Amino acid sequence: MANPENLKYTKEHEWILIQDDIATVGITKYAADALGEIVYVDLPKVGSVAAHMKICGEIESTKSVGELYAPMDGEITEVNGALDQAPDQVNQDPFGDGWLIKIRYTSLPDLLSSTEYDALVGE
Amino acid sequence: MLNTLLKPEHDKLGASFTEFGGWEMPVRYGSDIDEHHSVRNSCGLFDISHMAEIRVTGQAEEFLDYALISKLSEIENGRAKYTMICDDQGGIIDDLIVYRLDDDEFMIVANAGNQHQVVEALKNRLENFPDTRVADESGRWSLIAMQGPKTKEILGTLVDVDLTVLKYYSIASAVLDGKDVFLARTGYTGEDGFEIFVEGDPSGVWQLLLSQEGVSPCGLACRDTLRLEAGMPLYGHELNKDLTPFAANLGKVIRFDKPSFVGKEALEQRKSPKQKLFGLQGDGRRAARADYEIFLPGGTDSIGMVTSGVLSPTLQVPIALALLNADAGLEIGSEVEADVRGTRIFYKVVELPFYKRGR
Repeated sequence: MANPENLKYTKEHEWILIQDDIATVGITKYAADALGEIVYVDLPKVGSVAAHMKICGEIESTKSVGELYAPMDGEITEVNGALDQAPDQVNQDPFGDGWLIKIRYTSLPDLLSSTEYDALVGE
Repeated sequence: MLNTLLKPEHDKLGASFTEFGGWEMPVRYGSDIDEHHSVRNSCGLFDISHMAEIRVTGQAEEFLDYALISKLSEIENGRAKYTMICDDQGGIIDDLIVYRLDDDEFMIVANAGNQHQVVEALKNRLENFPDTRVADESGRWSLIAMQGPKTKEILGTLVDVDLTVLKYYSIASAVLDGKDVFLARTGYTGEDGFEIFVEGDPSGVWQLLLSQEGVSPCGLACRDTLRLEAGMPLYGHELNKDLTPFAANLGKVIRFDKPSFVGKEALEQRKSPKQKLFGLQGDGRRAARADYEIFLPGGTDSIGMVTSGVLSPTLQVPIALALLNADAGLEIGSEVEADVRGTRIFYKVVELPFYKRGR
């Protein structure tokens, strides 16, 4: 699966969809494949503060534990509660139903374009 | 890193790989959880050619009775035994399956990462056995594990022997895909199944087995969750040179009635280890992993560590094996806590194995 062109990316293999002042955040297909089948997702509380590059959640697969970094400063406005029951959505549809959190951001750091992220993961 | 002869087959299937014991091995082909369930419910195919094969011939039964902790002279031709090789301090060098091929011929299967240590230890023990030979045949054999409740039926249609008479922990010669192979009714998944020793190019056998309905290729990720559910130890996690078989609750594998064997004197002194292996089961979906600390409820002093831990795909609860202080007063039903990256998670001590197949 190609990395969608309409999204921004981080070196930590997260994708970001910017819509007005809300950023939707997930992990890329590349990251989901590397983790293996995801069995548990620990997400921050709605209303909590997101701080750029601070850990705000965990993604566990059968084999490993991955950390979720907040890609920007802001406030968590929504988390994907459906992942409690179906964490494997992150594998099935990483760029869609497998989204993780929404942040009302206060500032935007430099993010990678899809072309730059493609180059990072060698696609 | 070493590759097995089946690497091109794994590439064709789109496998992801991981390093294991110096080998580049398939970790999964698609979903490791689907692969896990295919072994529990149908049939899974594993390339385990990284395992070491060591043939012992000549005065082999006397030699193995001396070199290993079990009594291999007791087993009949065509039967197998789970055992260990210990050092002179009683520490576990490796756990092994030993197959008796003939009166004077045995095949040992050892862990990939321990191949050289086991071969060297065996050769060092040959001194008083001039008529015994130890040959490392790891480069000669591919090993394919076919595991799961449908295995016997599927494999039975492809070989020239009646698998229903090949008992658990037995081995027999057979012809499969025109090749002479050994079929062993052994495994590392907690299911019925076979391990197939193939000499030369194994790709034809692999393709034939995989083309059968109900057979899925399976990687090391699910091999690990399957063996953990079955309560089976993994060298480097539950077993190592600092531990004796007693620590792993495998003291019964030792035969002290043998006149002498390497490690006997030390093991007689080490029957009550400070730490022992326990099975732990939690609830929820968060699993303590290897090296996480375990505490008594509310306790501040660690009583030991998780050696392997995962969210069990079959039971849907976290399970773990943990090496815990023998004097912590733990029994079946005792509650403990695991420190999961700063959060305490409840676990209960449970009987092993976590999962037992229906008969």
